[in-house]
Amino acid sequence: MITTSNLSKKYSGNLVLDIESLEIPKGQSFGLVGNNGAGKTTYFSLLLDLIQPTTGYIKNNDVQVNKSEDWKPFTSAFIDESFLIGYLTPEEYFYFIGELRGQNKADVDALVSQFEDFFHGEIIGQKKYLRDLSKGNQKKAGIVAALIGNPEVIVLDEPFANLDPTTQIRLKNIIKELSEKQDVTVLISSHDLMHVTDVCERIVVLEKGEVVKDLAKSAATLQELEEHFAN
Amino acid sequence: MIKRFLSLEWKAFFRSASFGKSLGIKIFMGFLSLYFIAMFLGMGLLLFPGLKKVYPDQDPLLIVNSFLFYWILADLALRFFFQKLPVMSVKPLLTLPVKRGHVVNYVLGKSVLSFFNFLPLFAIIPFGITLLFKNYPLANVLVWMLALVLVALIINFFNFIIESFSAEKELSFLPVILIVGGLYALNHFNIIAFNEIMGGGFNAIYNYPILIIVPLGLLVLCYVFNFKLLKQKLFLDSGLKAKIKEVNASNLEWTKNFGDIAPFMQLDLKLIWRNKRTKSSVWMLAIGLLYGLFFYPQPTYQNMPWFFVFIGVFSTGIFLINFGQFIPAWDSGYYKLLMSQNIKYEQYLKSKFTLMAVSVLILFVLGIPYVFFGWKILLAHFAAAIYNIGVNTHVILLGGSFNRKKIDLSQKAAFNYQGTGAVQWLIGIPLLLLPMGLFAAFYFLISFEIACLILIIFGVIGIVFHQKLMKIITQKYLESKYKMIDAFDQNN
Repeated sequence: MITTSNLSKKYSGNLVLDIESLEIPKGQSFGLVGNNGAGKTTYFSLLLDLIQPTTGYIKNNDVQVNKSEDWKPFTSAFIDESFLIGYLTPEEYFYFIGELRGQNKADVDALVSQFEDFFHGEIIGQKKYLRDLSKGNQKKAGIVAALIGNPEVIVLDEPFANLDPTTQIRLKNIIKELSEKQDVTVLISSHDLMHVTDVCERIVVLEKGEVVKDLAKSAATLQELEEHFAN
Repeated sequence: MIKRFLSLEWKAFFRSASFGKSLGIKIFMGFLSLYFIAMFLGMGLLLFPGLKKVYPDQDPLLIVNSFLFYWILADLALRFFFQKLPVMSVKPLLTLPVKRGHVVNYVLGKSVLSFFNFLPLFAIIPFGITLLFKNYPLANVLVWMLALVLVALIINFFNFIIESFSAEKELSFLPVILIVGGLYALNHFNIIAFNEIMGGGFNAIYNYPILIIVPLGLLVLCYVFNFKLLKQKLFLDSGLKAKIKEVNASNLEWTKNFGDIAPFMQLDLKLIWRNKRTKSSVWMLAIGLLYGLFFYPQPTYQNMPWFFVFIGVFSTGIFLINFGQFIPAWDSGYYKLLMSQNIKYEQYLKSKFTLMAVSVLILFVLGIPYVFFGWKILLAHFAAAIYNIGVNTHVILLGGSFNRKKIDLSQKAAFNYQGTGAVQWLIGIPLLLLPMGLFAAFYFLISFEIACLILIIFGVIGIVFHQKLMKIITQKYLESKYKMIDAFDQNN
């Protein structure tokens, strides 16, 4: 589904990302871990064509992302708060995203109603603008908005950060359910090794922009990761 | 402590991401200040001889004193719009061992160094020196000068009191206009003769220097009050409190008539109505609409038809200029979202175009009563409106593709220079001067009607080639996509 080839990104001579080849098959739930500055957000930004690669390319479902925009209809993402429109209410925001993705209000309502648990009554019907919600609640709205319109590729950067424990557990269930659907590819990054090993089938460790580990999940994965980062 | 604060601000200024651009504005402001300094200096030097010449048998000092009331009013109004309390990011300091009082004193103390407080000195000092040369008693003149400086400082702090009370309201300029206008009206209609009271007061200070304690006391009072106000605000929760109003969401179904641009139209309308800064550009509409009333009633302008077009372009295009020049920076807060969503850039831009074009139409229709001052005015406004729709909208959209400055929507508006780069100063030239020059040329060469026709033709050409022009503009935006994302991602 997602093919990365000879990808590198330099900022004023500094190599921040250098991935020779990375293949993410359709339907995989893929986890990206690494310390600060390892290149996780850079990789996602390249995947979403928000920055230009220095060399190489990413192909999303055979569409080269910096050449064509045809990957947009089946890809969605929540990277940070700059993906929210502060002066809209959560409902309006969902409808707006829905309209961009060809969903009518009823479709959006139907989808959003599945996440009542996740929202914990703090998002829908609050008559508040997104900018007035707490950081955690903003994040919840952003994550759910990324699920609107049956995307085939979902990119979530640090989805667990800023969430309370209950919500973290609910989010894990949501991601697990998504990855059970055969055709949905989920890409998440996280600093929390436990969460990421819990929900992902495959975990890639980035270090200074390079892939240093590529693990299929097994019982020993968490331990192996912990050992890796302890050194 | 002050040294540390100063070094923090020094770094904040020179390390800001938009340093180069804000330097441009600073230079522009520098020239503006030089101009004002020259004006005041000239006034200070020429005031005494001038007044002596016009009123040979009156004491110039007394005349000046009787006019001080108007200076105070004008100063207060100007400061409200142009002078802001020095901003300091205090949040990181709150948990450090820095006394809150220090921070407040520093901020207030820094405001004393404002240009507005120094400007009067350029008039007061030469005038005072002239007085001394004319053998006025030294001590009294010095006290009188000191009194004026104190008054300038009182206005300085009084202004911040007004601002702190009106900042959170919509139409924040209403209180100051009411105060200034009210005082002026009371004085003008001789209900209370403030100018005489003020003049008498300053005469008294001049004659009995001990009375200087009155302005001094007022100054201390204003300072203490300000100190209390600011100290209260130095707590996190008072900054965060910002009352969360209940939202009444409207569905704006009627925008569906605009077809595929409807979602963006809805977004834009909400953008305008729900943010302070954009909302104030709606109030600016009223100013633009009434702008003609400053000129048309005066007979001088009746014989300058080429000037009608300037007013026409301005009053029908005020929203276009105000809103348009910050496309796409209005959406800078969530630009990454828009760029990764399944949208067509053309629809996004077309929605902005439609808004601007509709605003021009509405403003033209509302301005039809100007026909009262002559049919030529209406014709010129009509030509200007067509020109605005056909040419200026496209020009301003094209200018937007060079926009690299983020706008923080939550900032207070009016004369907020945030989001203003060098491009914004340049864009005013083709928008206003080009049609005016064009019109003037044909007016003097041929006739008024032909000049109107030329503008209309230009406008119509723009409208006819709208689709093509939009394609070119869209291409420009696509080319600068990465630069915009990067620039909008930076906080100053």
